[in-house]
Amino acid sequence: MKKFDYTDKKDTRSGFGAGIYELGKTNPNVVALTADLAGSLKLDAFIKDFPDRFIQCGIAEANMIGVSAGLTIGGHIPFATTFANFATGRVYDQIRQSVAYSEKNVKICASHSGLTLGEDGATHQILEDLGMMKMLPNMTVINTCDYNQTKAATIAIAEHVGPVYLRFGRPVLPVFTPADQKFEIGKAWHMNEGDACSVFVTGNLVWEAVLAGEMLAAEGIEIDLINIHTIKPLDQEAILNSVKKTGCAVSVEEHNIWGGLGESIAHVLAQNLPRPQEFIGTKDTFGESGTPDQLLEKYGLKASYIVDAVKRAIARK
Amino acid sequence: MEIQQLEHIASQVRRDILRMVSAVNSGHPGGSLGCTDLFVALYFDVLRKKLDADGKPVFEMDGKDEDLFFLSNGHISPVFYSVLARTGYFSVSELATFRKLDSRLQGHPTTAEHLPGVRIASGSLGQGLSVAAGAAFAKRLNKDDKHVYVLMGDGEQQEGQVWEAAQFAPNKKLGNLTAIIDYNLAQIDGTTMGVNDNRDLAAKYKAFGWNVTEMQGNDMGDIIKTLKDAKHDPEVPTLILMHTLMGYGVDFMAGNYKWHGTALNEEQMANALGQLPVYSGMEDY
Repeated sequence: MKKFDYTDKKDTRSGFGAGIYELGKTNPNVVALTADLAGSLKLDAFIKDFPDRFIQCGIAEANMIGVSAGLTIGGHIPFATTFANFATGRVYDQIRQSVAYSEKNVKICASHSGLTLGEDGATHQILEDLGMMKMLPNMTVINTCDYNQTKAATIAIAEHVGPVYLRFGRPVLPVFTPADQKFEIGKAWHMNEGDACSVFVTGNLVWEAVLAGEMLAAEGIEIDLINIHTIKPLDQEAILNSVKKTGCAVSVEEHNIWGGLGESIAHVLAQNLPRPQEFIGTKDTFGESGTPDQLLEKYGLKASYIVDAVKRAIARK
Repeated sequence: MEIQQLEHIASQVRRDILRMVSAVNSGHPGGSLGCTDLFVALYFDVLRKKLDADGKPVFEMDGKDEDLFFLSNGHISPVFYSVLARTGYFSVSELATFRKLDSRLQGHPTTAEHLPGVRIASGSLGQGLSVAAGAAFAKRLNKDDKHVYVLMGDGEQQEGQVWEAAQFAPNKKLGNLTAIIDYNLAQIDGTTMGVNDNRDLAAKYKAFGWNVTEMQGNDMGDIIKTLKDAKHDPEVPTLILMHTLMGYGVDFMAGNYKWHGTALNEEQMANALGQLPVYSGMEDY
């Protein structure tokens, strides 16, 4: 298993804040909006240096999505920011009609996704957002794994014309991807070569998958580890090439197994290359209050559960 | 343009609406007829549009340096399509495709078919005021001094998002935004008072910080006067309560909410078209 070193730990939302600040300097069309969560979304530097291009919408997310759609008519690139629950479930119809169906160049940027926002509990821990967003025609869906990847993705989506859902989070995670990376939408990142089992992982759990890979390597099991940061469009070629080699798969995500990355991969495999697949994700349940670490353990998302899933998948080959 | 000439165009547009809806036995004639005079006033007179050398409108999605109009209550698409066609955004013959398979004239307006003149999909109610506010904000960022208009239904005022946007626009000092409410007091299930009373809309919008005025939406002279004379405070958006009759222009339809979404039968069509003359220089599509 390849070694992934890190010297720093940061939250992915700070990567977003750094990315949008960079965009503020380089792209005069970029406008940032928020619904009373400017601090949580790390917009402070952007607001300070580009106050005219910041729109505080107050606690009114539906209006924020509509205003964003309107801003594109005039050539602006709105980045609408709030927590993942309020950025998707609360405003699904506004995104559907005014953004996705209307083909508007709106970037919906969502922090505090999944269980790992922790103590706030299930009202805020959305585990269905990837499913809702990937079902919308025209929508690009991205879920990033560390500070650097989030920053790079934030910069990359400004260049992409069309609606995007960018999902990141609150937990502090190792910064293990390159600072100078070029983020390519729709192109999976092949993190480790192996032939025992394909592990497809997205978002906050990529680091857990790295730990799982190290634990498995100690037992002589080398996994083919692939980071699927773009849920849609899905890199089918990377998935099929890997599973052709390994013959089985595990999908890993901080999301309901219904509707998430695992289901998209299962679709690709069922149509092209039917092979055993195991699913790491929440099992059709809401979350609850707790520390991120406690929640990942209780809901079966930590490295040890990935190790077990890999062994189950291999046994089914 | 002369008031009488605009009224003649409105007669033709009303014929288009009834014929479009009747041809597919579906669509929303009531609100379309009630708002016909506003659409004719806007598109044939008030809006400062981008035109080519032949005087034909040029459609660009960005709409920079021209007035913009957004239709929030998308179900009155027949009047929108008729007026867009008759001002030259696309051929009037295309009106015959309304609500048919593979048409650009979808049941509710959409950008997906790239129909010139449409800048946002609408149909699911309550979203247009937010979109228009965003477009008005964009104009300010672009130092573009043109204006943004949006039409909503009065039943639509029951949607919560309308009030999010109503709070947003004055707080952001969007004086380049005019919202118009089709105040016909009717919606699908009955009167607005009976279904879920909006109460005093003028007082509500005033309390939210809007400049509120009223106009007679089936009086061409009053529409032109109100829209042109409105003294726009550069920092205060304007809300116009537009008094209309659902189904205006056809005696047996006027004022009856049952015509919100019902097509006319053959006998009713003959009667209705008899009340709407074709004036010289115009003809049915």
